[in-house]
Amino acid sequence: MDYNLLIIYDSLRIMETQRINGPGNVEDRSEIGQLNSGTNLGNRYLIQEVIGVGGMGSVYRARDLHFPNVVKLVAVKEMINQAPDPLVRQTIVQNFEREANILATLSHASIPRIYDYFTLDNRSYLVLEFVNGKDLEVILSQSEGFILEEQVLAWGIELCDVLSFLHSHKPDPIVFRDMKPSNVMINQHNHIVLVDFGIAKTFQSGQKGTMIGTEGYSPPEQYRGEATVQADIYALGATLHHLLTRRDPRLEPPFSFAERPIRKMNPSVSLEFETVINTALQYNAEDRYKTIEDFKEALVSVGRKTGLLNRINISSPTSKSVLNNEIKPVWAFQCEDELRGTPVLHKGVVYIGCYDNNLYALSASSGEFQWKYPTDGGIVSRPAVFEDAIYFGSEDHRLHAVSIRTGKLLWSYYTEGRIRSSPRISDNHIFFGSDDTCLHAVNMATNREAWKVETGSEVRSSPFIFNEIIYFGNEVGDFFALDYRGNIKWRFKAKRNITSSPCVHNDVVYFTSVDSHLYALDAKSGWLIWRFRMDKPSIVSPAAVDNLVIAGSSDGHIYAVEARTAREVWRFKTEHQVNGSPVVYKDCVYCGSVDGHLYCIEYKTGRLRWKFETKGPITGTPLVYDDIVYVGSHDHFIYALLA
Amino acid sequence: MLKFIKKIFGRNQETAHQALDNVVTAPLSEAQLQSIRTITVNRYEPPQLLVTSAQSVGRQRELNEDSLFTFSTTIAGHSSNAPFGLFIIADGMGGHQYGEVASNTALRVISGYILKKFHNSLFNIPSMPVEESLQEIMSAAVAEAQRVILNEAPGSGTTVTAALVLGQQLTIGHVGDSRAYLLYNDERIDAITRDHSLVRRLEELGQITAAEAAVHPQRNVLYRALGQGETLDPDLSTVPFPIGSYLLICSDGLWGVVPDDELKKIVFEAPTLQRACQNLISAANSAGGPDNISAILVQSLG
Repeated sequence: MDYNLLIIYDSLRIMETQRINGPGNVEDRSEIGQLNSGTNLGNRYLIQEVIGVGGMGSVYRARDLHFPNVVKLVAVKEMINQAPDPLVRQTIVQNFEREANILATLSHASIPRIYDYFTLDNRSYLVLEFVNGKDLEVILSQSEGFILEEQVLAWGIELCDVLSFLHSHKPDPIVFRDMKPSNVMINQHNHIVLVDFGIAKTFQSGQKGTMIGTEGYSPPEQYRGEATVQADIYALGATLHHLLTRRDPRLEPPFSFAERPIRKMNPSVSLEFETVINTALQYNAEDRYKTIEDFKEALVSVGRKTGLLNRINISSPTSKSVLNNEIKPVWAFQCEDELRGTPVLHKGVVYIGCYDNNLYALSASSGEFQWKYPTDGGIVSRPAVFEDAIYFGSEDHRLHAVSIRTGKLLWSYYTEGRIRSSPRISDNHIFFGSDDTCLHAVNMATNREAWKVETGSEVRSSPFIFNEIIYFGNEVGDFFALDYRGNIKWRFKAKRNITSSPCVHNDVVYFTSVDSHLYALDAKSGWLIWRFRMDKPSIVSPAAVDNLVIAGSSDGHIYAVEARTAREVWRFKTEHQVNGSPVVYKDCVYCGSVDGHLYCIEYKTGRLRWKFETKGPITGTPLVYDDIVYVGSHDHFIYALLA
Repeated sequence: MLKFIKKIFGRNQETAHQALDNVVTAPLSEAQLQSIRTITVNRYEPPQLLVTSAQSVGRQRELNEDSLFTFSTTIAGHSSNAPFGLFIIADGMGGHQYGEVASNTALRVISGYILKKFHNSLFNIPSMPVEESLQEIMSAAVAEAQRVILNEAPGSGTTVTAALVLGQQLTIGHVGDSRAYLLYNDERIDAITRDHSLVRRLEELGQITAAEAAVHPQRNVLYRALGQGETLDPDLSTVPFPIGSYLLICSDGLWGVVPDDELKKIVFEAPTLQRACQNLISAANSAGGPDNISAILVQSLG
């Protein structure tokens, strides 16, 4: 078996349970080859107890018998040399010696003093100053909540000091290379002591499936064998990240700190501190701090800005620019009641239904009133335009067909319940749902019913048509896929109402339910592929773009979920329920909230571009066309804004 | 086809002025057109899956630690008439204890769990619908395999790549560095899994190139495997499996020595699916066969 010698300064981690495989020597040792308590080592050190076990050997607390009149405690680190090859064995010992010599010359409050070093049989021993305290890994495991930001900052600054001391060593800078919580002890004065320096470790590599259990704190270049001062900077950043978020990087995919932003895991951390650590954690060494002194300076200024003792909150530059962005509408038109529905645009005219029972036709460019058509009930649906007529349902139970040119009624179709679902036109038929529990199919040539399907509960969801199949849900949670003749191809049951309208994207149909889930079903067969849980019921019709499905919930969030894996990519918090549906245009998603705002969010990242405040909830879906966003609000206005 | 699409969107202003509405169009390539022609000419009714697999211990190993499972069925009279398939490859980790025990345990548990879940809804008329989503079922199957392996063969480890085909949706549960590829009718090949290896991570970060990754001394090191680590986070995804395309699942004994372009060439140039699979194995052996080689090849016909 080949041993590769890698001088990664890792070893005797306290609390790590790695077995020492290999031939054990008998003597006064326990099963795994440890020295027993009471053993006199090298005729000088009285072993008291094991305080740690590492990959290379054990660490003991011992008493130095050369000082019989006092109890002088020391830490004895044992390194068991198991390389079968005598040349490798010799090299290990030489490396051990060399590092011991370096340590012997270092004098710093945060570095334990080395008192002795010797080799006995196959084992080498390092006798060091005993540190009375615990290492950060133990401290983390013994604590419940997050460690205070001030404390982590203070430790970070001290660590920069000791690393700076090592990096300025003459003639050659010493790169610690093994910065991580278990190598940092906090002594009884709450000061840092760096332990585990430069003890060579043999490394078995080349075997298939060898789990590194990855080091987690080491930067990418260290795996190429390059380790410079920037490696210590990265590792310190990784250590601070772990301390603040409580997430051990060894248990995560390597180099994935960007997937666990500090403030997302621990919102109490200041933005300044997060920014500094992110700089240290840049994957490319040139993008990090150049020197550890720069890192320290950045940390000190974090302390100044946030105030370790007095918390002064500095608003971040990004939030300022968003708030100061005065969005002015291109035009705004006032109706007589709430605008709950969604507009449609056709040949330069915007049509929107209002709760004042009218359908309004306004000029898209100027908002100038063209005509309005009265019904006997509120209109919440989105109209559909085909050729010369506009079709929409009203709460007066009727589907109205109105001439675009004159604004006069052409014909109407009666159902037995209020109509809140928006009509869809396909194959010369109009499909829409009604509170009379039916999905209606009206023949446009005859203006009469072609067929209707009774579903058992109100249909408020607007049908979506794809590949000659009509998809929609009802208020008892049933979801249907019908063909053009009204035959049910498949059906699915959610636990509560499906008020939202579905959409089909890449052969998957998406919709939300009052049972708080966003569902993804195979459009052909109706098999449930995945469901995504939100915190509260949803009546939002999802929008799909690229690989994302975007939906909102009455829990106040707008979610972006990855279509293939059902993983949340981002979520955006608004101040109140999100009941209106999002729409995607170019690189943004537009969505209104009950908090009265229309949000424009970059759909790839979830970052807010701008928001526009209206004086009432927005429950409809915006329409974006030719770089203008049209949206109606409960404040009786319909607005046209620049996208 | 175009008329039909126009009909659907007839109600909406949106598609009339395409550029203003953010809809992007592009002409189809010759290969895509050709593939559409071939699909429309040869139709299979009902849609079916053609499945084949092959293995070799390779040239440098004595023991085979790869396990392989294939299952496919099309049930007559079933309302949705969708073909059902389950394909799994597990590559046990040598150098750990009982690599082959881990790999066949993974197979046994995952296939057992999934088949039991679907049994009633597939073989029962009238069928009983399955409550959980496809991804939830796959996730639970992998979690169960993890639990059993930790219990029965602690210290061992295996990769696992499981593919559940239902109609035209392909759901993948994946841990480790075995791979699943989709080969499309227009001669494209796409890896649909991500290796959980250290070098892949370095490559993703741009720290090393793909060429460097192929010869990196630590290219076998995995940061995630079934049987290792307390909590497991498998990759789960559902992708469309279009008619006429191929699914290739293989262990690193194949993809590690045969580059993607050659894999694609072998599959598209072989006269039959069976031959294609055999040729993949031979290609890996010709390239030195340093590890166990396994491959499953599935073609979707419809």
